[in-house]
Amino acid sequence: MQRHFDEELQQLKSDIMKMASLTRQALMNSVEALKSRDPAAAKRVIDGDTELDALELEIDEKCINLIALHQPMAGDLRFITTGMKLNTELERIGDLAVDVAQRAIDISGKPLLKPLVDIPRLAIMAGRMTGEAIEAFIKSDAGLARKVVLSDPEADYIKRAVEKELIYDYMMKDGSTSDRAVPLLLAARHLERICDHAVSMAEDIIYMVEARVVRHHPEALG
Amino acid sequence: MHSALHERGTANFLLNGGGLKPGHALFGEAETSGIEPKISARGVNFYYGSKRALKDINMDFSPRLVTAIIGPSGCGKSTFIRLLNRMNELVPGTRLEGEILLDGLDIVAPVCDAAELRKRVGMVFQKPNPFPKSILENVAYGLEINGSLDRRAIEEKVEDSLKKAALWDEVKDRLRESALGLSGGQQQRLCIARCLAVEPEVILFDEPCASLDPISTAKIEELILKLKKTYTIVIVTHNMQQAARVSDRTAFFLMGELIEYGATGMIFKAPRDRRTEDYITGRFG
Repeated sequence: MQRHFDEELQQLKSDIMKMASLTRQALMNSVEALKSRDPAAAKRVIDGDTELDALELEIDEKCINLIALHQPMAGDLRFITTGMKLNTELERIGDLAVDVAQRAIDISGKPLLKPLVDIPRLAIMAGRMTGEAIEAFIKSDAGLARKVVLSDPEADYIKRAVEKELIYDYMMKDGSTSDRAVPLLLAARHLERICDHAVSMAEDIIYMVEARVVRHHPEALG
Repeated sequence: MHSALHERGTANFLLNGGGLKPGHALFGEAETSGIEPKISARGVNFYYGSKRALKDINMDFSPRLVTAIIGPSGCGKSTFIRLLNRMNELVPGTRLEGEILLDGLDIVAPVCDAAELRKRVGMVFQKPNPFPKSILENVAYGLEINGSLDRRAIEEKVEDSLKKAALWDEVKDRLRESALGLSGGQQQRLCIARCLAVEPEVILFDEPCASLDPISTAKIEELILKLKKTYTIVIVTHNMQQAARVSDRTAFFLMGELIEYGATGMIFKAPRDRRTEDYITGRFG
């Protein structure tokens, strides 16, 4: 039996997809700004965060209304509560994209320290993991969500590689490079945190689909 | 979205840090292991004439918990609950197969006296049914026909029962007035007090709030939550939110069968059977 409520759940999916799209765009734009050391591009990312914040509040309110007015149960309840969590995670990813944009401003006007290779690689990974998590939510695909969770070690590895290079090959050898190396170090950490948020989303989606709690219980991933 | 969940019939769920073991039994024994059930139904089939209204029901009711029975109209909920104190015997042409055990003893066995059983297993009905007597006489009725207490003891018991039913403060100054002058919600609490007076062990509620307003319903629900500290409670309800609010365990019946039975949180967050999910989410046509 089709319910009017199903239309509202579908709308929530659309809203989360929109939030995800804006977030991923902010991420990509912030990394482009970092690569090109373009403060104007970075400022556009920072200013764009206002829209993300407003959308987060709107989605939150819709979810609360759905719970208050429909008293959802079972799968519907897990879907809505997961939607609320994803909403928060995506907003935090947006904030981290702003942080990356700030790092672009930090190094703008300074000579390029080194060609950026691993940081863009980490950014692509962050964007992919976030996108796959959202796809898993839309399709209720626990398998895809698991793939996201299992990608986390690779993200950690890339971040550590970036840190090692910047600290040992640049900062410790020539302290004067710190003003350019530290922002890049921080940018890598911001991007790795985005990967962590994608993993968190994926864990929530596994619960949504299978009612299986894997957060803090990696042995339950199956 | 639900296919993965429903295909994992014996999946090991970890919910809220707790666990349901693989192969979790329909009776819910894994969750209450080690506790003797207060009531057990074993292989229960019930017939109205040739019509089989209940099919192979097996379930345990744990002591001092509230068990809700939900399901669409005609699924057998009220038929089943009435078996628990042999009320269905009052309907001609019916037949029961199987066992219903109270503290391990079969209530349908000839040695079990129906009147004594109904003292131990009391019932509150959908429509409040106070006797056309005073408030005091209503509550005292069961005690008086027992004949075992003197007048003073009966009045003390009446006060105690009315207090337990959260009605004493509202009626203490008019005990000799007609019970029919009470509001619907008060009448229902009076019926509960009447039931409590004979010191039951189990209380059966058959849609106790169906004819009450929301505030009266809330008072009855609060009362049920208090009573469960002392009594084993079974409640039939059409109101799923009510089942979610007051019960510890929930059983879903459909077309005379017990489809799913477990912790209320599990039933309403992650039911294992697709039919349960469809019913509680309103997809049931």
